[in-house]
Amino acid sequence: MSRVARERRRVLAVEAVGPYVLVRVDRGGIDPGAPGQFFMLEAPGRVLPRPMSLCLAPPGELAFLLDPIGPGTRALAALERGDELAVFGPLGNGFRLDVPRPVLVGGGIGVAPLPYLSEALEQPPAILGFRSADHAEAAALVPNAEVVIDPVFVTEVLPEDRDVLACGPEPMLEAVRALRPGAQLAWEAPMACGYGACYGCVVEIDNELKRLCVEGPVLSCS
Amino acid sequence: MLLNASGCLDAITAPHVAQALDAFVTKTVTPEPREGNAPTRIAETEFGMLNAIGLANPGRDAFVAETLPHLRALGVPVWVSVGGFAASDYADTCAQLADVTIELNLSCPNVDEAPESAAEIVAACRRTTENRLYAKLSPHSWDLAETVRAVEAAGADGVSLVNTLRGASLDPSLRPTLARGTGGYSGPALKPVALAAVLAARRATTLPIVGMGGVRSGRDALELIACGANDVALGTILFADPDAPARVRRELVEEAARAGFATPEDAFCTALGSVAKMVN
Repeated sequence: MSRVARERRRVLAVEAVGPYVLVRVDRGGIDPGAPGQFFMLEAPGRVLPRPMSLCLAPPGELAFLLDPIGPGTRALAALERGDELAVFGPLGNGFRLDVPRPVLVGGGIGVAPLPYLSEALEQPPAILGFRSADHAEAAALVPNAEVVIDPVFVTEVLPEDRDVLACGPEPMLEAVRALRPGAQLAWEAPMACGYGACYGCVVEIDNELKRLCVEGPVLSCS
Repeated sequence: MLLNASGCLDAITAPHVAQALDAFVTKTVTPEPREGNAPTRIAETEFGMLNAIGLANPGRDAFVAETLPHLRALGVPVWVSVGGFAASDYADTCAQLADVTIELNLSCPNVDEAPESAAEIVAACRRTTENRLYAKLSPHSWDLAETVRAVEAAGADGVSLVNTLRGASLDPSLRPTLARGTGGYSGPALKPVALAAVLAARRATTLPIVGMGGVRSGRDALELIACGANDVALGTILFADPDAPARVRRELVEEAARAGFATPEDAFCTALGSVAKMVN
């Protein structure tokens, strides 16, 4: 099991990746955890931290890819080298890695956990969907990726006989689930705490409302 | 004494956070199991957050049989938050609880309220339990001092102030962010409301008061004590910082010294003396 810690860490770099932003943080003693697990990142000036899955874990670093679309993600994107923020994690359950023939599927900012996952699975093929060529610049973070751009959807190029590990917007995950009922899917929900305290992030699992931060964010839908 | 605000911590999922407190307050227990409200349940706002969890809980029978033994095993005193939709709901649950402090949730903004007044519910519970009984009151009360006097006369052993305020927020397309439309507003914005409520309650009673609402730091806790709170509870800050109990405790001692008090307890009620006349 991963060790969960909350530590103040220093920002090493903030890089633009198309319209997305990659925030690199000094790892310190924090365990990067398993691919698909997430961290709560303090968003400067905001009341609540933001859940972000780990994108990359180079030696001494934790890197998070985010889409600056709201007040929290914009505050994170505005961080500068040398700034400090509280990092809490790793949290939740990541992807199961015991799959014989993996294919990674990502949509939009849902590609965030795939670079770290790709590394753990020794660079399997990946299919990434984006809404524009600009957004598709994030595909450079994922080895062996085939890119489709709206109006082409990832489900149109999904290979047969592969074990799907996917992260992306809910309609994409629903479409993938319809085609591949056994897929491992990483979901998203608004979270206040990330550690099971607030009961804010519930989603319907097996006909019950359960906390995504505790039961997920990766769920198998078999 | 440092507690959590009811609803802001699950001691089974996060035992180490609960064990950093002097007592753990459960999420509200209702007679029947409740799944809670449909998502979206939470939203951050500029100066706080909204929640509309809707008292999700296993129901009192499962709570007493399964959850409570686990909580007792944590080694932290347990306060059970009790809720319901009629005075008899509250009273029947109280009758099933032994060796705990009970906090009656008389003020959840996210479910329909019981028709009886806070004092009537306290009186009904007092008849069924000898446990210590706290009444958690709403800051919406038009005359809080009157409500405090009424629940004291009905047999309450203490009051908890404040619960959340009802609030709403809209998404970019101007629809309510929360599926329920409105929720309980908590976080830093609530602190002035909590300070005023504790001041008003302290002028009305000598009962113990648990002060809560927007506490993020030791200074915030000290201010509640200065207004007349005997104990302080942490709410929304626990979501952002699970290490807040130890930090607030440390800061509280430092802030008391900075304000010229040997201990935080020495600041108790010091804010009251300087107020000549206060409304409500």
